[in-house]
Amino acid sequence: MKTVAIIPAFNEEKTLGGVISDLKKYVNQIIVIDDGSTDKTNQIARSKNIKIYRHLINRGLGGVLKTGIEAALQNGADIIITIDADGQHDPSEIPKLIKPIIEQKADAVIGSRFLTRQPMPLFRRVGNIFFNFVTFFLFGAKTTDSQSGMRAFSKKGAQSLEIHSNGMEVSSEILKEIKIKKIRMKEVPIKSIYTDYSLSKGQGLLPGIKTLIKILWSLFNF
Amino acid sequence: MVFIQFLIIALSAFVISRIILSFRRNKIGLKGLLFWLLIWSTILTVVLLPKTTGLLAKILGVGRGSDAAVYLSLVLIFYFIFRIFVRLEKIESDITAIVRGIALKDKDNRK
Repeated sequence: MKTVAIIPAFNEEKTLGGVISDLKKYVNQIIVIDDGSTDKTNQIARSKNIKIYRHLINRGLGGVLKTGIEAALQNGADIIITIDADGQHDPSEIPKLIKPIIEQKADAVIGSRFLTRQPMPLFRRVGNIFFNFVTFFLFGAKTTDSQSGMRAFSKKGAQSLEIHSNGMEVSSEILKEIKIKKIRMKEVPIKSIYTDYSLSKGQGLLPGIKTLIKILWSLFNF
Repeated sequence: MVFIQFLIIALSAFVISRIILSFRRNKIGLKGLLFWLLIWSTILTVVLLPKTTGLLAKILGVGRGSDAAVYLSLVLIFYFIFRIFVRLEKIESDITAIVRGIALKDKDNRK
C-alpha cells in the first residue's frame, strides 16, 4: 500500500524542513503544496527531494487540500495523510492514524486532539468546542475535533470527497462530506505540540469568525 | 424646486451619461445598460414627482411616500449585495480551480 503525506504550506520556512525530515520514515511519498508562499518555503521543499506542487497565488487551506488530494491520487496513493506544516503534529503517530484504514475498518480517520487528556490553551479549547458544535448543528456530523489538520483517507474515501471551500472552513466541510457520503470514519487520539509558533499560525478570534461566516455561507451553496 | 432635488437630478444626469458612455465603449452589455437606466430613471421620476411615492406608500401600507422609497431602496441594495457576494464566491472558486489546474499540470511548478 502506498502511503502519501500531503503538507499544505503557506509561508512555513521555519518549520517545514523539520516536518519533512521527521515524516520520511513513516510514509512512502511526501507531497508539499506550496500555496503561493513568499518566503523560502519553496526552496526548502525543493532541497528535500520530494514532490512539490505550487499554487501561483495564495488560495487558502481548502484550495490547497483539494490540490494535494488530487496530486496524491495522481501519484497512485492508496492512503493519503494530511499533516500541518507548522510542526504541531507528531509524525510518529501516523502508524496509529492509518491503522483503521489498513485494517479496512474506516475510509477516513481524524486525528483528534481531544481524545487525549492533554492541556490545551483555554482559548483554543473554547474555540474548538464551539466549532464542533457548529459542525454538528449545521451538518449533523459528530466529532470531538472538527478543526483537526491531521487526517488520513483511503483512496476510496479521498475520491468521494467533494471539496468546494477555499479557506479554513474546509475542515468542517470535510466532516460534512464524510457524513453525507456515508464514508466510514474513525477518530484516533493524537497529541498536539503547542509552541508559540504553531499557536501563532492557527486560527485566532478574527479568522475564527471569518471561518464561521464561511461555514454558514456554505449552507446556501449546497 | 428644493436644493436636494436639484442635487439628485444633477447626479442622475451625470450617472446616466456615464452609463451610456460605458455601453458605447462596450464596458457593459445591453442588459446592464437597460438595468441601470431603469434604476436611475426611477430615481429621477421619484425626485421630479415626489407624489408618485405616495401611491406606493398606500399600496405598501407605509405612512409617507419618502419612507416607502427608503425601505424599497434598502431592500434592493441588500439584494444587490447578496448577488455580488454570490458572484464573488463563484469567481473565488473559479480562480482556485485555475490555480489548481496550473499547479497539477505545469512542469515548471513542480519537481
